[in-house]
Amino acid sequence: MTRTADVVVIGGGIHGCSTALHLALRGLKPILVEKDYAGRHASGVNAGGVRQLARDLAEIPLSISSMALWERIEDLVGDDCGFESHGTVLVAESEAELDSFRARVDDLRLKGFTHEELIDRAEPRRLVPAVSDECPGGVVSRRDGAADPFRTTQAFRKRAIEKGAEVIEGVTVTGLARAGNVWRVETSDGTIESPKVVNAAGAWADRIAAMLGEPVPLTVVAPMLMVTSRLPAFIQPVVILRGRKLSFKQLGNGTVVIGGGHLATPHRDRNETVLDWDKLAISARTVWELFPLMRQATIVRAWAGMEAYMPDSIPVVGPSSTSEGVFHQFGFSTHGFRLGPGTGAVIAELVATGATNVPIGDLAITRFTK
Amino acid sequence: MNAADLAPSYDLVVIGGGPAGLAAAALAARAGVETVLFDENPGVGGQIYRGITATPVRDRAILGDDYWAGAALAAEASASGATIVNGATVWSLDPTCLVGVSIAGEARLIQAKRVIIATGSLERPFPIPGWTLPGVMTAGAAQTALKAQGLVPGGRTMMAGSGPLLWLLAAQLLRAGARIEAILDTAPRRNWLLAAGHLPDFALSPYWSKGLALLREVKAKVPIVRVDSIEAQGKDKLAEVVFGTSAGERRMQADLLLLHQGVVPNVNLALAAGVAHRWNGRQLCFEPVVDRAFATSVPGIAVAGDGAGIAGGTAAAERGRIAAIAAVAALKPDARLPQAQTIRHKLAREEMGRAFLDTLYQPAPEYRRPVGDTIVCRCEEVTAQQVRDTADLGCEGPNQMKAFLRCGMGPCQGRLCGLTVTELIAEQRKSTPAEVGYYRLRPPVKPITLAELASLPISEAERKAVER
Repeated sequence: MTRTADVVVIGGGIHGCSTALHLALRGLKPILVEKDYAGRHASGVNAGGVRQLARDLAEIPLSISSMALWERIEDLVGDDCGFESHGTVLVAESEAELDSFRARVDDLRLKGFTHEELIDRAEPRRLVPAVSDECPGGVVSRRDGAADPFRTTQAFRKRAIEKGAEVIEGVTVTGLARAGNVWRVETSDGTIESPKVVNAAGAWADRIAAMLGEPVPLTVVAPMLMVTSRLPAFIQPVVILRGRKLSFKQLGNGTVVIGGGHLATPHRDRNETVLDWDKLAISARTVWELFPLMRQATIVRAWAGMEAYMPDSIPVVGPSSTSEGVFHQFGFSTHGFRLGPGTGAVIAELVATGATNVPIGDLAITRFTK
Repeated sequence: MNAADLAPSYDLVVIGGGPAGLAAAALAARAGVETVLFDENPGVGGQIYRGITATPVRDRAILGDDYWAGAALAAEASASGATIVNGATVWSLDPTCLVGVSIAGEARLIQAKRVIIATGSLERPFPIPGWTLPGVMTAGAAQTALKAQGLVPGGRTMMAGSGPLLWLLAAQLLRAGARIEAILDTAPRRNWLLAAGHLPDFALSPYWSKGLALLREVKAKVPIVRVDSIEAQGKDKLAEVVFGTSAGERRMQADLLLLHQGVVPNVNLALAAGVAHRWNGRQLCFEPVVDRAFATSVPGIAVAGDGAGIAGGTAAAERGRIAAIAAVAALKPDARLPQAQTIRHKLAREEMGRAFLDTLYQPAPEYRRPVGDTIVCRCEEVTAQQVRDTADLGCEGPNQMKAFLRCGMGPCQGRLCGLTVTELIAEQRKSTPAEVGYYRLRPPVKPITLAELASLPISEAERKAVER
């Protein structure tokens, strides 16, 4: 049986679900096709950071439009998504590092962005009392925060369905072909015909692009995270480092999530990741030095979620260069969660109107296909 | 032995020092394979032979001949040349046979060519109202205290549940001088009809005469009450046990209630290693898919003993030997090995009575699938009603349930709630446990401290990165 839709969204991560919601809000009838279940991979198991700090210039517009949505996330999806805003602090571990941070903050000011502020030696210890005395300063982005990733993805999925989107889970897209004015999206559970298609397939997005004759240099990565048992509350902002890989956050329930980008080995055809304990031990040693009170904390669980990484570490957002009516939204390179709300709105605008005012030209797929 | 004394790699790593692990390590080491056995307890023996080398219980009649048979197994392993490390907690195993282990607070990653998981069984969750009150514990925990420390419960003790181990522990406690006020028997009467067909096989198995003698011994000293409901009540600790009988509701004052409704494979390590599992509809639990030599779906990893499906301690040793023969044959093709066929015959005889026992003691649905405010996940205090409601809202599996309710996210990693959550979702969604599946298990399968993880030796790559 062939079904029809206004738009087929491929992938049920935060991006696919957000796009489906924003399409439905515009009165369109999208069908979202997800091969596992919504939030099964990176969107459901990432660190949940909602960070504007230390973004690539090319994605700052998306970041800012997302921040506006995060700050009224409950109005948008009917769930607060566990979002709390206590800022992100980038801690400098040396004077030289602090100098480089100062240069970036000055550069951002010249370009009109003021969300990053340089802070001196005293302020990191005021914001983050547990941090060790050695640190000479840092950068803060005060509106940053963190949310519960799986809950957020599910909330977008649920609200999208309430607004008229259809979400089909456990179904894989097996082919894409142009038939007259529409796309025939072949799936493991029948064909869907639709004039528009959005590729939000995350770690599998290159396979969808390849179906369009538009190969992209995507690598699959699986950043590792670990979580501790509950500890008394001792830190509110998210702490990140530049020189050493670390992100560090205490959740409302007292558990501490430790990440920072050390990678597991992904096996995307088996939906499986194999952890690298030598690398997790490096994170443990970094935390040991920075937060002495964490030394006896118990590690309860470690995991990794699979996602797409692009050679220039910024995503592919915008129309396909080969295929009329197809839009790409993937390759968020380990920092896509917080961009989900805004990017979904921008893609929906592009699909519905053919244009957007948010500058995303630097994220076009043509940078790889030229 | 300290972590620092371990070699970086071994031909064979055996995990767990119960009958399966001891027999496997002994056979492999005697065949000349470089073997290390990691056991997390202070002494070998596992649960069935717990404390076998050091128990303070000197009167051999208390724990019985079947317990003391473990001494020979322990002696065989210790003389075999295998490196036996006690107090060694294995917290990770991956599909490349890399083993994460901690000894006295120091962690190491050990590369094995082959791994035999012999982590045995654990008690099936028994979620009745009030099961989290102090004074309510599992029969297995009481047995551990008896074997390891010689502790016998004082005060008013009651037992409840079903299964061979319930009767064995009752007999052991009575011999050790405990008083048991009553045993509440939860085995449904209809199970007898279902089990009858398996009786001829059971009559030929070694458990027939032993089992009858045990029942007779316990029934002579303790009133047995058939019940269709049990509730533990009390304010801060157990005060009363309330139970339904054919003659109506009854209540008894009690200081200690020991619960037990059978054992199920301890699947956490195998699941975390990516081993394929399936639902066993007779034993009502998940078990790894294994071949005749107990090899799993992951190359190099075998599961022996009760971890591969419940069959009891004697069968576990034979399974350990069969798994070890396969490991030795792969690692050292020229080694002289005992005949696998002879061992298989012994194993078949041990396993003969299983269908009867599994059917007779299959726990009733009301004790597996609780309702209302009864706690399901003790770590995160999630109730049966919450799980049922969330399933009704569309949550299809235990992994989504984790994300919604945090059940299974605590330090026990789902050991105390996993099967309950699976069965509740299946019931609520009119599906089957096989369809619903189990928690995706994340290492560390046993919690380790940040300090332990930080104690892993610094790799060559990291050292270079720092120097640069």
